[in-house]
This record gives sequence, structure tokens and C-alpha cells, in this order.
Amino acid sequence: MQGSTIDSANVVELEHSDDATIAHTAEHHSEHPDLRVFGLLVFLGSEGMLFMGLFAAYLTFRAVAPAWPPEGTPKLETLLPAINTVILVSSSFVIHQADHAIKKDDIKAVRWWFLATFLMGATFLAGQVYEYMHLEFGLTSSLFASTFYVLTGFHGFHVFVGLTLIAIMGIKSFKPGAFLGGKHFGIEAASIYWHFVDVIWIVLFLMLYIL
Amino acid sequence: MTQVIERISATQPPEPSSDTTHWREYFSFSTDHKVIGIQYLVTTFGFYLLGGLMASVIRAELATPDTDLVSSDLYNGLFTVHATVMIFLWIVPAVTGGFGNYLVPLMIGARDMAFPKLNAVAFWIIPPAGALLLSSFFFGAPSTGWTAYPPLSILTDQHVGQAIWIFSIILLGTSSILAAVNFVVTIFSMRMPGMDFFSMPLFCWAILSASGLVLIATPVLAGAMILLGFDLLAGTNFFNPTGGGDPVVYQHLFWFYSHPAVYVMILPVFGIISEILPVHSRKPIFGYKAIAFSSVFICILGLVVWAHHMFTSGTPDWLRIFFMIATLLVAVPTGIKVFSWLATLWGGKLRLESPLLFAIGFVSMFVVGGLSGVMLGSVPVDIHLHDTYFIVAHFHYVLFGGSVFGIYAGFYHWFPKMVGRMLNEFWGKVHFVLTFVGFNLCFLPMHLLGLQGMPRRVAQYDPQFANINVICSIGAFILAISTFPFLFNAAWSWFYGPKAVDNPWNALTLEWTTSSPPHPHNWIGEPVLATGPYDYGVPMDEFEEESMFTGTID
Repeated sequence: MQGSTIDSANVVELEHSDDATIAHTAEHHSEHPDLRVFGLLVFLGSEGMLFMGLFAAYLTFRAVAPAWPPEGTPKLETLLPAINTVILVSSSFVIHQADHAIKKDDIKAVRWWFLATFLMGATFLAGQVYEYMHLEFGLTSSLFASTFYVLTGFHGFHVFVGLTLIAIMGIKSFKPGAFLGGKHFGIEAASIYWHFVDVIWIVLFLMLYIL
Repeated sequence: MTQVIERISATQPPEPSSDTTHWREYFSFSTDHKVIGIQYLVTTFGFYLLGGLMASVIRAELATPDTDLVSSDLYNGLFTVHATVMIFLWIVPAVTGGFGNYLVPLMIGARDMAFPKLNAVAFWIIPPAGALLLSSFFFGAPSTGWTAYPPLSILTDQHVGQAIWIFSIILLGTSSILAAVNFVVTIFSMRMPGMDFFSMPLFCWAILSASGLVLIATPVLAGAMILLGFDLLAGTNFFNPTGGGDPVVYQHLFWFYSHPAVYVMILPVFGIISEILPVHSRKPIFGYKAIAFSSVFICILGLVVWAHHMFTSGTPDWLRIFFMIATLLVAVPTGIKVFSWLATLWGGKLRLESPLLFAIGFVSMFVVGGLSGVMLGSVPVDIHLHDTYFIVAHFHYVLFGGSVFGIYAGFYHWFPKMVGRMLNEFWGKVHFVLTFVGFNLCFLPMHLLGLQGMPRRVAQYDPQFANINVICSIGAFILAISTFPFLFNAAWSWFYGPKAVDNPWNALTLEWTTSSPPHPHNWIGEPVLATGPYDYGVPMDEFEEESMFTGTID
């Protein structure tokens, strides 16, 4: 009889571990929620290296060239890009407010801050398109022109991705209960990405227009 | 209790096959790290066979001084795609995605990687990218070498093939970055309670270092590919001197990735060797911290040696001196590893079976490649030997004698765990002997060819080199044949091999504490950390020894 007691104890033990296994299954094959911000930061660090490579190439082209920009190239207009820079940099502060708001579960405020950021980002992109249309050189005019278009264009693409993220999260926020109760990775991700795009632009602006 | 069970079965009925992995899983978008690891290993091995087939055609062509088997154009395409396949579709994904995915969560006591879906995405980029690359043979294969130096790669006749090459490299780089993000987060944040960084198996240190390199260096290659793509397709002149561009900038960007890529291909293999040697010599690893830190040191140093590939590209003297010193310094952490491995083997009870044979083969062959690397690292020698067969000999000793030997060692060591069946030992030894002989016959004489001045990447050569080339080709064919014993052994054993116990090698790392093959959730219940990963020969009481070394043979 002693044996059977032990057996039944084992059964309970096994059922317990099955219980644990099944509970694990639920989260086992899905993304680990607490680690996504860490993962995003690692990824953006890597993405930053892509820009670093392009920046390094730009600076080398510039250092090696006999004249930069080459003679006969019209000077870049700085007023519009400067205004654009101010808009983009302030939008980073605006989206930061959304980050604050979601921590208080204030989803309505998040929507407004996201809308404001979206409009500012869209203005930036529109400004860039306007600038492209009024430049007197094209993609293949010179090495200077090529680097200008590829660097700003590649950054512009990232702005576009950021805007898409913001729009998706904004739309998602209308689902009842979305992002509430601490489950706001989407909001956080959009805002971290937006800061990243912003920092890259500051470096780019200094290199292309000021330096 | 009954109530609890009812509640659970009501909300989530247990899957019918939940304690084994169904074969269909392997053909699906599975998020199980073990399935993904095996998907990586099988897929990349398929690409390895294709790359090897190309190598065989190359060596057949080189058996005579004239171009009598394939045209020069096709020859150029063959060696370009051979190198690209072997690097981007075989070694890099096999050692990181394959072994890394399979082993890291098991070794650190985790249920899965941090981001299982991302993991599956990273894998499923590879087959289409590989198919894309191979499809270039239908449009005129890229023929500018795997380095794709401009202006040649911009002015090439094979525009379509070159563009396909660029796109597939960008895709494969993306896959590699996504996998690396996953490794870093998993190793940092998902270790089981009680396992700190210094009680982690050395393989995890190696994967962590390699992932760091991937994250830092691969995006720069993507940048180079983007600019090269614009030059090729949009008519810009970034790298074309006739339009004011600078081809040397491409070389810097390219080698900023492609030199660290060598360490991405070899660091995880160092990790594999550090796992295999203690188990099969029944001794604790010598110098755990030295090996762990030397991985990190190689990772850091590996980022500042790239221009040693460019000693003949008009690099100024002061820069050449800097890169020469940095390159020679890499020999220090590498030497630390090699001596630690030798000290681990020294006085051990060696079990000379296939895993250890390949591991010892790795150490000896890699030392040859490392030493010729030190020779090439010094500027005057490099200027003499640049673009000769000495280079070909050197990097095959590192990437075949090093990485591929290590991968085979890993296959033999972990096959019982992955598949649940043992490989045949006799055919394993046949495989090893053929590989070792074929490899050395093929690549050792190439050192001589290089010293005598035979240039690489040519289909036609001076008849004075003919005799040695015949020896190389014979070696290459033996190497090709050596694959068959392994393939048949693996395929047969997968279905009919003797069943493996949980811990056939009496190893101490965590992956051996679960069943073979492991339960889909790695462990039923929680894994238990009973000893350090390398505590062999440490006295312990009888009970522990019993439970540790017999495994569960039911």
C-alpha cells in the first residue's frame, strides 16, 4: 500500500508538471512581450550602422573630391530644410507626450499626439518633395548630387516607414481596450522608431547643409 | 485537481502529437527553435552540395591549362556563385542560424528564442534568396567574384546577373541581422535562473560575439550594395572613376563587413569545438574565461582589420602599418583558444570517435590557415602574394579546414540529440579520412602554386603549373566523394539508426538533460542546473554520478 501512495503522489506531481507545460505552451511560441523593446533597440543600433556606412562613404567622397560641391553646382537652399528640421525635431517631443499619456492609459491623448506627430512628419516629407522638385540637379548630375539624393531619399524612406507605423498604431488604438493596461509596445515602438529617424536627420542635416 | 484539468482541457485541448514533432512541421512556418535550427541545417547543407558541385566543375576545368570544359564566362560565373553560396548560404546560416538556433535555448535552459516568429521569418528569407541567386545562371551569372569590385561590377556584361546578386545579398544580410537580434536578446535575457554569463556554455559566448559582429558589420555591406545597385541600375557614379566616383570606397565598405564575416563564420565553430573537446576527452575545458573573453576580443579586433585586404589598393603606408599590426594582433586571442584546446586534450581520456576526430582535424587545419593568415597579414608578403593561389589556399584552410570541419564535428556530436538516433561510427570514420585526405590534397599544393605566381580567378593558366593543378583536382574529387558516406550515413541513420539515449556522450551541458529528440517545449517540467557545463572529472558522490552519467535508459 505504501507503493500505491507514492504512485498517486507521483501522478499528482505529473499532472502538476503537465499543467505547467500547457501553461507554458500558451506563451511559448509567441513573442516574448517584455523583451520586444530591447530587441527593437538592438535592431535600430544595427540600422544605425547602415547610415554610419553611408555617412562614412559620403565623408570620404567629399574628402577625396577636388572641389565639393563641384564647380557650377548651384548652392543648396538652407531655409526650407532648416524649417523642416525644426518641424521634425519638435515632432520628437510631441510623440514623447504620447509615450507619457499611454503610461497613464490615456488613449485619447495618445491619438491626438499621434495625429500631431503624423501631420508634422507628413509636412516634413512634403517639404522634401518640394525641395527635390525645385533643385537644379538630378540624381546622376554629379557625385555630389547622387550622394545628396541617395542619403536624403534613404532617410525619407525611413520617415515614410515611421509615418506608416504611427498610422497603423493610431488606427489600432480605436479597437476597444487596445494598448491599455501596460500592453502598449506598439505605441512605444512607433515612438522609439520616430526618435531614431529624428536623430539620423540631425546628423544628415549637419553633414549635407551646414558642414 | 480534476477541476483544474477540466478547465485546462476546456480552454486548450492538448495537441494530439504534442510530445513529438511531426514531420510536417519541418516544411511549415514553424516557430519552434529546434525545427528552425534543423530547417537551417538541412537547407544550407543542400546549398553546400550545390556549391560543392560548382567547385567540382571548377576543379575539372583547372585539371588542364586550357579552357576545355566550360567557357571563360561560365567559369567566372561558377567561381563567383560558388563563393557566394558557400559563404552566404552555407557557412554563415549553418553555424549561426542552424547550430545557434538549435542549441542556444537548450543550452541556457530556455523554452524557445526570444522572438520565435522573427526567427521563422529570418529562416524563410533564405530559400527564396538562394533560389534567386541560383536563377542568375539563366540570365548570365554574375562574374565579378564574390567581392564584386567596381568598376568591373558596374561595367559588366552580366547586368541582370549582377543585379540579382546584389538583391540576394541584401536579402541574406537582412535574414542574418534578424537572427542576430534574436540571439543577443535571447542570450542576455532568457538564461534560466542561476545561470550567469560565466556558467553559460562557451558556444553561447561564441554566438553572442558573432551576433555582435553581424549587427555592426552587415548593415554596412547593405549600404555598399545599395550604392552599387544605384551605380549599376540608375546610372549614378559612386564607384565609377569616370564619373568622379571612388572605387576604393566600395572596397572599404565591402571589407568592413566581409572581414568580420570570416569571424562570423569561425567564432560559432570555435564554440562548437569548445563544447566537443571537453566531452570527448573527459576533462574540464582549460581556461574557460580565457576562451570566453578571447571570443569577445576577436569580435572587437575583427572590426578594425578590414583594410588588410586592400594593401595593394593604393592604401597609404601609415594605414597599411596600422592594419598590419591590428591583423597580427588577432593571432593572440586565436592562439589563446588553440592552446586552451590543446591543454584540454592533454592527458584526457580521448574517445576517438567521429566528433572528436573532426574536432582535432579542425584544430590542426585551422592552425595552418591561421599561420598563413599571419603571413598574409604582413604587408610585404601580401604584396607579393596578393591575388595568387596562396590566398585561395589560405581561406580554404580557414573556411573548409576550419568552419566545415567544425560543422561536421557538430553534426556528429549533436545528431543523436537532434534526431534521436545514432550515426554509424564506421562510416563516420570513412567520411573523416576521405575528407581529411581530399582536403589536404586539394588545398595544400595551392600554397605552392601561389608562391610560384599562379593568379587566382582564371580558367586558363601557364602549362608550368599543370602538374600541381592535377593533384589539386584529384584532391577536390576525393573531397566531393567524401560527402557521400556522410549523406548516406545521415539519411539511413535518420530512419533506421540505433535509438539514441538522452545523453549518449555523458555530457554535462543542459541540452543533454532532456530527451533525444527533445520534447517540443524542450523539457517536461523545468530544467535543472546540477553542474557547471564542463565539470568533468570533478569528484561527486555516487548518487549524482549515477543520475548524471547513465541518462534515462528506459
